[in-house]
Amino acid sequence: MATDTPDGGLSLTPMPQLEFATFPHQVFWLIVALVAIYFILTTIALPRIAAVLAERNGTITNDIAAAEELKLRAAEAEKAYEKALADARAEAQKIAGETRDAIKAQLDEATAKADADISAKAAESEARIAEIRESAMASVRDVANDTTGALVAALGGAAEAGDIADALEAELKGRG
Amino acid sequence: MADAETSGGGIKIDPMSQFQVQPLFGDSISVFTISNVTLWMALAVLSVIALMVLGTRGRAIIPSRSQSVAELTYGFVYKMVEDVTGKDGLKFFPYIFTLFLFILFANVLGLIPMSFTTTSHIAVTAVMGFGVFFVVTIVGFVKNGSGFLSLFWVSSAPLALRPVLAVIELISYFVRPVSHSVRLAGAIMAGHAVMKVFAGFAAIGLVAPLAIGGMVAIYGLELLVAFIQAYVFTILTCVYLKDALHPHH
Repeated sequence: MATDTPDGGLSLTPMPQLEFATFPHQVFWLIVALVAIYFILTTIALPRIAAVLAERNGTITNDIAAAEELKLRAAEAEKAYEKALADARAEAQKIAGETRDAIKAQLDEATAKADADISAKAAESEARIAEIRESAMASVRDVANDTTGALVAALGGAAEAGDIADALEAELKGRG
Repeated sequence: MADAETSGGGIKIDPMSQFQVQPLFGDSISVFTISNVTLWMALAVLSVIALMVLGTRGRAIIPSRSQSVAELTYGFVYKMVEDVTGKDGLKFFPYIFTLFLFILFANVLGLIPMSFTTTSHIAVTAVMGFGVFFVVTIVGFVKNGSGFLSLFWVSSAPLALRPVLAVIELISYFVRPVSHSVRLAGAIMAGHAVMKVFAGFAAIGLVAPLAIGGMVAIYGLELLVAFIQAYVFTILTCVYLKDALHPHH
């Protein structure tokens, strides 16, 4: 294949791939290289990488399991929180109801007491008014009696005190 | 990489010299000579150690960047083996992972300018290809006995067609290691040769910008090819292994 063209163009060396004399040499060193790589891989590299990968998978699996558990616990805690909240709300409502009832009872009692006081005072006042009216009426009768007696005397009549009283009584009844 | 020279207006493009096996000391190649092959294979082994051993030395639950890359590589190939061959293929994982890492690092290291690409040599890829072929064939017979031959006897096809299919299946089975190894060496060699040709054209003033732009583009493509060829070699190994473990169609 060696062609040296006279005008200085292409010059080709024969294919070195077909120089059979170098074959044993190449095959020998290739086998040395492959055996070396195989030995290094099987004794050091592959067990080491396999161990690292297994360890990593284990770690990941454990972490996922732990995360799963934590998630479960978080859900439980949330449930407990919800329950506590609901309980507290119910309790608060109960207390509010009780307080309302207590206040209402106190209020009712106070109202009743006030009502009783008022009616007592009113009765007392009425009694006093009646008394005053009574005494006023008595005074009026006395005054009328006296006045009538005086008038009768002034007109020159003589009247029995009892008659005058009867006449007044009749008159007062007629006006009643 | 650019060893094309202008000489008297002419250009000299020599895309194949980069694949030359050269002794580092002395000038003859014997089996145990330290050559550029030895050097770049050793660098590939050191790269594997750097990534898979030094990178993971922290053994951290939360990985560092290098440990993360090592774990991703491990997981990528592990899942590939598990998905393609099933659980029972996992005991071949170290073997498949060895091939993957070697091809990947050899391809990527080969993209360093002035470097030597060990996977561009058919001698190297053929050893790996035929290695897979023999392992798969032996595993197939050990696991299934003569039942492994049912791989070639397509029981779902009409009876009359089966002998024909058996011949085709048999030929395709024996072509596997050839295609398996030539694919890798061919792809890597072609890409590197094309880059060298572009580098040669970069010496001509007028087309230099185009040639350099082309080189950048091809370099990107080659980086992709470096990974894809490692992936393809590995997944084909898995597919062949699946045939050996479960030969029934």
